Amino acid sequence: MNFDLTEEQEMLQQSLGSLLENEMPINRLREVFDGDTGDDPDLWKSLAELGVAGLAIGDTYGGAGLEILDLAVAAETLGYHCAPSPFLGHVLAAVAIEAGGSEEQKKKWLPGLATGDQIGTIALAEAEGRWQPEEWKLAASNTISGVKDFVPSGRLSTLMVVGLEDGQLGVVETRSDGVTLEEVDGADRSRRMDLVTFADAPCELLANGKEAALRLRNVGLVLCAADAFGGSQRLLEMSVEYAKTREQFGVTIGHFQAMKHQLANMALDVEPNRGLYWFSAYAQDHEPGEADRVASIAKAHITDRFMQVARDAVEAHGGLGFTWECDVQMWFKRAMFDRAFLGTPSQHRSRSADLASW
Amino acid sequence: MDLSYGSEMEDFRDEVSSFVESNWPIKSVEGEEEISFERQASMFRERAIEKGYLYRSIPQKYGGSEQDADVIKAQIIREEFSRKWAPAEARGIGTMMLVPTLLEKGEEWQKDRFVRPTITGELTWCQGYSEPGSGSDLASLKTRGELQGDEWVINGQKIWTSGAHMADYMFCLVRTEPEASKHAGISYLLLDMKQPGIDVRPLRMMTGSSDFNEVFLNDARTPKDWIVGKRGEGWTVSRTTLKHERNSIGGAQQTRSALAGLVKLAQESELNGRPAIENAEIRQRLSVLEGYVKAHQYSGYRQLTQDAKGGDAGIINMMMKLFSTEIGHQVSGIAMDLLEEEGLLSAGNSELGSRSSSSQGWIAQYMYSLGIAIAGGTANVQRNVIAERGLGLPRDAAANRSPGK
Ligand SMILES: Cc1cc2nc3c(=O)[nH]c(=O)nc-3n(C[C@H](O)[C@H](O)[C@H](O)COP(=O)(O)OP(=O)(O)OC[C@H]3O[C@@H](n4cnc5c(N)ncnc54)[C@H](O)[C@@H]3O)c2cc1C
Repeated sequence: MNFDLTEEQEMLQQSLGSLLENEMPINRLREVFDGDTGDDPDLWKSLAELGVAGLAIGDTYGGAGLEILDLAVAAETLGYHCAPSPFLGHVLAAVAIEAGGSEEQKKKWLPGLATGDQIGTIALAEAEGRWQPEEWKLAASNTISGVKDFVPSGRLSTLMVVGLEDGQLGVVETRSDGVTLEEVDGADRSRRMDLVTFADAPCELLANGKEAALRLRNVGLVLCAADAFGGSQRLLEMSVEYAKTREQFGVTIGHFQAMKHQLANMALDVEPNRGLYWFSAYAQDHEPGEADRVASIAKAHITDRFMQVARDAVEAHGGLGFTWECDVQMWFKRAMFDRAFLGTPSQHRSRSADLASW
Repeated sequence: MDLSYGSEMEDFRDEVSSFVESNWPIKSVEGEEEISFERQASMFRERAIEKGYLYRSIPQKYGGSEQDADVIKAQIIREEFSRKWAPAEARGIGTMMLVPTLLEKGEEWQKDRFVRPTITGELTWCQGYSEPGSGSDLASLKTRGELQGDEWVINGQKIWTSGAHMADYMFCLVRTEPEASKHAGISYLLLDMKQPGIDVRPLRMMTGSSDFNEVFLNDARTPKDWIVGKRGEGWTVSRTTLKHERNSIGGAQQTRSALAGLVKLAQESELNGRPAIENAEIRQRLSVLEGYVKAHQYSGYRQLTQDAKGGDAGIINMMMKLFSTEIGHQVSGIAMDLLEEEGLLSAGNSELGSRSSSSQGWIAQYMYSLGIAIAGGTANVQRNVIAERGLGLPRDAAANRSPGK
């Protein structure tokens, strides 16, 4: 029994962390957050150089051949830094192609994704919040027509994995004819989204798309949970720091017991979730019997707690906390994304109850 | 990360499991009288000690099995024993709190005399810490102990003393150095409960039963050497015990079985003529709860891993009690809704006789979850610890100022 990260995973976290500290310090983050594209191509280049783009892609295709837990560890660190990057959509597209592509398809797409020269994303959501493979209606064929909503980093992407009827998956090259993108007015400006319209756009079905779609969903849930854990940890630290410096009534506000208890409660909403996100990620490769349920449980629970911690963090910062100028708001919106993307906590709670045959 | 126990440990598991299989329950010889449950349990424990499965941290000369510390083995033993409902270590407060303290801080003769009969259950103990004026601020306690010749003479009052009405002995905190500062004036004494200077009066709990008591000490006496640690070291000595108590309350296993029990209750109860488990709101609430239960479970795994490696899981160690008591509140809240009109019943300790023992069991738990939240450090005190020691926020000004004796 060794329920802990490996040294390599800790090193990944450290080197990714210091990369982000150097290249995406908070003033730079603010620029990107407030900028037009919500992206920093130089950062993506550095992430790719570190191997983040191909972390879980097999080494035969030029990736590092690591596991979902490694992806999750990276996601935690990116969430901690509120890092703007196409990471989420990109690694999910790679996971889907790796799981569902024919040998030929993998050879065609994975090497480019592994180096980060190609940027992948996923196009899943349909009208009325249809995120799940069982709900997709877009007709599967060699050309597709229809709409996909809330596609993360759509305009940065070069290819997208699209959810299709009967739980199939197809790959569409973003720059082909018949694909138009329109930015969504999203809250999380560190991960912009697009509304994508397909009009007879060329599409290639994945050989084993149905199975891959299920893995894609689970891994997506796990990565939202991991991002949420990292983000909530950061908000806790920011709030504790503020309580140690801001003075009222002649003392730092951290002297007041009401503040201390509020912060202790926040900590209680953060720290116990570390093991839960670890296990949900680990299960994807090692505990197939638990993988589905625990992915939904982790996503529902941790993103829900992240949202609560974000609300508490705003309050802990007083009037400043309510401003655009205060950094808290960027993580608040990160929390909104993690919470609603791929389905809300209550949807995933229903799913986990169903899966338990309660 | 590797959640398997490894082949060596799986062999160990097989060994434990076949031991339990062939030794529990203890079969009576045909034609002879049935062996009582208590007798079976103590026979089983003897055999388990011989195999090195129980009382592993306790030296053989005091009745333990003296095994090297191995949290993984200990965990496997717990799992295999509970799988077959076999008796584990007797969980009295003496075993849980006094014995570890004696082993760490006691004199040789004290270990010799008290450890063995305590773990076999021959000797029972109660914990005399809290006083009417000293609860969260325990170090402000006022019960006095004065050395007169070869004896300590003790005067004062203890309160909320669980099991004092049945206990043979008490381990208690007493102020023996009135001139010293608040914490440095306290000693840790052992005391025979069956003596004229001690008057135990039961207190009725909100559940209706009487498990705790007031204990009045009027010239109660105990020999000079029935002190653990030196004079004035009692506060430090008692910290060893409180640590043990906190670990035991934090067990994630309990919250998992509480959730399982609740799901079963929801499957067996009806709401609006349908099984309650089909009700969307109930399903949501159970799932919300499961998020916390799983977080608790994997935090326990983290602690276990760090304990096995000699590492430190960090701030989570300070959170387990509060986290599990908050889960306990949620569990009992959902249970009360599932009971519907049976939520009108008592906790089942009245003279009227029980009307529905399963519902009344849940109602008792609804109340007991509060007792657990209060005993051994209230929720607010836990938050103080998390904030001050865990997050590094300033110590409480009032608590620092209180001379409190
Ligand atoms: C079921 C049960 C069994 C028990 N068994 C035993 C036993 O066997 N032996 C024994 O010695 N004791 C026992 N106790 C006593 C228990 O340890 C005390 O009740 C507990 O430590 C709280 O002390 P108190 O009751 O004096 O409450 P108080 O300390 O008066 O607390 C009252 C309220 O004030 C709050 N409060 C106090 N100080 C602070 C602070 N600094 N910051 C914020 N809030 C604060 C508390 O959180 C609480 O909400 C038992 C209690 C219960 C409920």
